[in-house]
Amino acid sequence: MTITRVFVPNRGEIALRIVRACRKLGVESVVGTSDVDRDGVAALSADRAVCLGPGPAADSYLRDDVVVQAALGTGCDAIHPGYGFLSESPQLARRAREHGLVFVGPSPEVIELAGDKVRARREAARAGLAVLAGQEVQSAADAHEVAERIGYPILVKAAGGGGGRGIKLAQSSTRLEELLALAGREASAAFGDDRLYLERFIAAARHVEVQVAADEHDVIELGERDCSVQRRYQKVIEEAPAPSLPESARDALRTAAVTFARAISYRNLGTVEFVLDADSGRFSFLEMNCRIQVEHPVTEALTGCDLVCEQLRIAGGGSLSLSQSQVACEGHAVECRLTAEDAERGFRPSPGTISRFSIPLLPGLRIDTHCAAGTRVPPFYDSLLAKLIGHGADRAQAIGILREALERTEVVGVATNRELLLRVLDHPDFAAGAVTTGWLEETLGALPQAVRQ
Amino acid sequence: MALSNEDVREILRIIDTTPLAELRIETEGFSLQVLRQGPAMGDAVSRTPEMQGVRETASPTAGGEPGGGTAAVSIAASADSAAPGSGTPASPGAADTPAGAAPADGLLTVQAPMLGIFYRAESPGQPPFVEVGSRVEPDTTVCIIEVMKMMNSVPAGVSGTIVEVCEENAGLVEYAQPLFRVQPE
Repeated sequence: MTITRVFVPNRGEIALRIVRACRKLGVESVVGTSDVDRDGVAALSADRAVCLGPGPAADSYLRDDVVVQAALGTGCDAIHPGYGFLSESPQLARRAREHGLVFVGPSPEVIELAGDKVRARREAARAGLAVLAGQEVQSAADAHEVAERIGYPILVKAAGGGGGRGIKLAQSSTRLEELLALAGREASAAFGDDRLYLERFIAAARHVEVQVAADEHDVIELGERDCSVQRRYQKVIEEAPAPSLPESARDALRTAAVTFARAISYRNLGTVEFVLDADSGRFSFLEMNCRIQVEHPVTEALTGCDLVCEQLRIAGGGSLSLSQSQVACEGHAVECRLTAEDAERGFRPSPGTISRFSIPLLPGLRIDTHCAAGTRVPPFYDSLLAKLIGHGADRAQAIGILREALERTEVVGVATNRELLLRVLDHPDFAAGAVTTGWLEETLGALPQAVRQ
Repeated sequence: MALSNEDVREILRIIDTTPLAELRIETEGFSLQVLRQGPAMGDAVSRTPEMQGVRETASPTAGGEPGGGTAAVSIAASADSAAPGSGTPASPGAADTPAGAAPADGLLTVQAPMLGIFYRAESPGQPPFVEVGSRVEPDTTVCIIEVMKMMNSVPAGVSGTIVEVCEENAGLVEYAQPLFRVQPE
């Protein structure tokens, strides 16, 4: 079957990105917006836009019933959910299928499996992947026993969680019960699922993930990304290939990702996340994400492959445009997320109206943004303003492009994390190669002083 | 001379602590005008369709006590009146205003409280809930909006006489789309 008109219930740069991919493929697009985003550039760029509901996402972007109704009512034959919102909602995927719409992503059954972290860990172990010691816990007594066996510190995680949400670190048995209760409450509020599991904590962890793509015939990988520069489990800077990684480890990671995707009969684009122990060099399966990721442009920079077009092609019943042997990674790419967060004031979100927005156009720089002078940054959604992707022959060159771009970037009207991004890029630890997921927050204490100098 | 965002905020802070309704600052090549709007406008803007089912499109009444409304700021460089300057004029409620809102003709608009399929009657073959000329009370059902087989009846939310039906039966309506225009009592 072929897709002719795609419904995009999303906003910001990713909605614009999908609209452009549709245009490239000669497919129409309809953007579903909230009423505060109806004048946004994504809505204006699409062939049509419809208003799903008011500003709060729960009343608009998160209404799978309204989204399917809107897709049907505007004559769409597919839904591309983007990232965030309903991108990994088995309910939306199922509802779309029931109404004869193509969901651009894996089947609802696979989304459910991947979304249940306990089940996903079990499947990964069965497929022969290393997983961290851990176990689902039913009670406090149960948790104490498991924690004693695995050892402290230990992570409390939500089975229904993901994207870094619903995670607590227990340093010792003293606060374990309190953290369990807290995580359980958060998990049931955020994911409607209060099941928890404990997992061994890696002190010096790197976050490395592998991009996979699968059609009816084959599963391929498009290399790995290192996303270790994080704040509160949220990625700040991502890059590919992962620096300071022996070739043997790189191959093993990529093979493991393909093995897992095959084991669960994965279709469409996905990302298999691993935690890499920086001390031992060993890696373990963390989870699989069933969506296009924010950081997909670094992979696109290296491979020259348009991942959103691949998603649409696979979803439409077509084949991947390239085979594994045609995947070639060239150079090094680094992405940073420019957000409307006030890094100087505890990363408070900084909604408002942008009065000036200027990022220089440089060779080797890609800018994915929905912002311009006059863009309103509403308080309801995440604070991403733009992704800057530097692509060079090597890592130093890629970082150099980003540094120059950020130095000349001007955003007026909302506070941004620009200074923080520059500090990271300038930091000798980052320049030296791999950092760990705790690095940014550990060094953050020193950053505001450094900025004031 | 250029005003920074911080300067504008400082000016707003000052006007917020005074009973001034309007402030005008003029310097060479620059003029700044700050207007405080009456509470009637603020009220109409903050009224959400899902609560009220309607939006008043009548023009706001003038005046009102200070502090009740929101302040609008416009900055214009008088040397070049065509350019709005560095500050984008703030337009409270612009995002909130449905496209194609009626002019200030005293009519009230019943808006779609949700996206869905607009049905004018209980079921096919039945007479419409309302026609042009029908009198409605706030709790009079004027239409049904279907979202995935869920039928939601929409009350008028206002009293008056229907003067226009804005949408075709069985078509898709967006959130906040005007459905009916009503001449109030």
